[in-house]
Amino acid sequence: MMAGDGTLALAALLLHATAFLVLAIAAPLRRLGRPAAYVSILCAAGSLAAAVLSWRAHTGEAISRLVWTWLPSEGQTLATVGVLADADSTVMLTLVALVALLVQVYSLGYLSDERAPSLGRYYAYQSLFAFSMMGLVLAPNFVQLFICWELVGLCSYLLIGFWYERPAAARAALKAFWITKTGDVGLLIGIVLIWRHTGTFDLTEMRVLAGNGAIPLAGLSVMTFCIYLGAVGKSAQFPLHIWLPDAMEGPTPVSALIHAATMVTAGVYLLHRTDWLFALTPDVLAIVVWVGAFTALLSAVLACVQNDIKRVLAYSTISQLSYMMAAIGAGFSGAGFLHLLTHGVFKALLFLGAGAIIHAVHSNDLPDMGRLARRMPQTAIVFTVGALSLAGLPLFAGFLSKEEILGAVLAGGFAAPFAMLVLVAFLTAFYMFRVVFLAFFAAPPAGHAGAAAASGAPHVADASHHASHGAAAHEPHEPPSSMLLPLWVLALLSVATGVFFTVVHPEPEFESPAWLMPVGVGSAVAGILLAWATYQRRAIDAASLAAAFGPIYRGALARFWIDAVFERAYRLALLGFSRLVGWIDRYLVDGVLNVLSAWTVQAGDDLRTMQTGRVQDYVYGIAVGLLVLLLWVQFN
Amino acid sequence: MGLQAYLTLAAVVFCIGLFGVMTRRNTIGILLGIELMLNSVNINLVAFARYSGDVTGMVFTLFTICITVAEAAVGLALVILLFRVRRTVTADHLDLLKG
Repeated sequence: MMAGDGTLALAALLLHATAFLVLAIAAPLRRLGRPAAYVSILCAAGSLAAAVLSWRAHTGEAISRLVWTWLPSEGQTLATVGVLADADSTVMLTLVALVALLVQVYSLGYLSDERAPSLGRYYAYQSLFAFSMMGLVLAPNFVQLFICWELVGLCSYLLIGFWYERPAAARAALKAFWITKTGDVGLLIGIVLIWRHTGTFDLTEMRVLAGNGAIPLAGLSVMTFCIYLGAVGKSAQFPLHIWLPDAMEGPTPVSALIHAATMVTAGVYLLHRTDWLFALTPDVLAIVVWVGAFTALLSAVLACVQNDIKRVLAYSTISQLSYMMAAIGAGFSGAGFLHLLTHGVFKALLFLGAGAIIHAVHSNDLPDMGRLARRMPQTAIVFTVGALSLAGLPLFAGFLSKEEILGAVLAGGFAAPFAMLVLVAFLTAFYMFRVVFLAFFAAPPAGHAGAAAASGAPHVADASHHASHGAAAHEPHEPPSSMLLPLWVLALLSVATGVFFTVVHPEPEFESPAWLMPVGVGSAVAGILLAWATYQRRAIDAASLAAAFGPIYRGALARFWIDAVFERAYRLALLGFSRLVGWIDRYLVDGVLNVLSAWTVQAGDDLRTMQTGRVQDYVYGIAVGLLVLLLWVQFN
Repeated sequence: MGLQAYLTLAAVVFCIGLFGVMTRRNTIGILLGIELMLNSVNINLVAFARYSGDVTGMVFTLFTICITVAEAAVGLALVILLFRVRRTVTADHLDLLKG
């Protein structure tokens, strides 16, 4: 086996690129739809195999660099391209390859009603997306990282707006693009500043410099903060988190991909990748913790009031990403990275499970569901596994990573964020099991019974999309095997990771008190019990529960007015500025030109009368001119 | 008589010709003016040739006379064509190039 070199990682990366190029260039193949999908899935499978082998070859401290000179400058290399394979990047690579493959298989069933050309387009985007994310994960320097970072943003734009004929999807795609771009500006500035500061883009060289203490600390905080800004945009931290819930306008498998592996994880991964740099600037890390804890709490509260199943999951993603951010900010990025991996598995599971529900009932709205466990028992089981993992119960994937994050934040000395995160753990269990009970076990609310198939609320992307294809009214049923298979794989992986980490408890880098685990598990169990009492037993009235949190409830319904503030700011600041610039352009810049041209026209109009068209007038002119010249010669 | 007298005569003839070109309204009159101006040039050439004892000026004058004849023929032909088309040879009415 080719241990030690990055060939396998490179192969994993290039297989997706090959799939994309084939689909992009061979247009007839792409328009065939399903054959294009098979090409893409085949490449994704090969990529997963290569990624797993590469992961096995890079356990421990093994690091391999495979780089080519790209931008030569003055005898030295300004930037390189290639792969930097180590334990972190290859395990992340494996996660990306796994989720990409499963999502592509799942999409075969989920998008079976799609027209063939757009199915081919979908798979081309998927391949490009996986390739960009792998390029980001394996990037040996900041330049390649930034390019892939932007490519990831582009692909998310393309896939969120996959149903581009729907205005809501087009708007959501633009929103995602612009909001993340706001953060990317910070990232670009940060990268350039760091390069000025250290003289290199290369992560390995920079790490050596940081290890030697050769990076001057003056001004470094600004640079790491700029890099953090990029992560804020990509990983949906407050206040740039507003694009993620809207991104639900894309097809559900795309949401799974974006949330689990390819898009939002990029920010967390970036911070983990450069944690030695951030360790030099503790003030920025404190910001990371506080913003993370605040975002986690905010989005967990928002998730509790959502009726759209995908939006609940979207807010839970924001909340979990903020968990990871908090751990990284506390200085223990390993804990955050571990949660990133486990979260990738079970969030993909949850999204694909939600997709199966939407596929069956043709609606995103929880009131349209209910008692689905009878009709779709397999989906119910895997979705519940995902929910248990997210809640962080023992023997499930999220258990250990969540405890580690809580322990890390506490060990970092952040008591208030720790309390906020414990509250978030409670809320997480509550809102996830609210979904589980409402969708699978509780009776649907009166008036909605049996209305699921027909409703097809027009504002919901997937629902109306499916309703327009499927029969008007039919019973919810289990999804086809191409969708069930990825679900079971992910569910088994969730349980396997959970059991593995419960049995083989890895030594954390920090001391955590003995009461930590009971507190974490206890809050999760309390959340589940509250959800059970409220939505299954109906012992507690949901309306009175909401009334008890009056202002918070109303605020959460309005998304705490953050979107409104952004919209107002956009209207007032950006449109106002545009109007001002427009006025200057129209009346000052154009005005000067218009006056000049008017003068020219007027002068021409006046001067044309000199042209009488009579020969003798011209002869007069010549004679007089000659006379003047002669006189001038005579007297000078 | 010295050279100056010839040159003065030539200048006077040239000015008469120029005056005719500028003031005559009839196209044929303008052509006559041009002929006068050309002949004043011929006087100059001959006078200078005689003065400097060089025959080149004389030879040149012969050429000029020939070309003047040809020019008069072409000019008159143009005037005839112009009359056929526009039914007038008055220069004031020929202002198609007016701006």
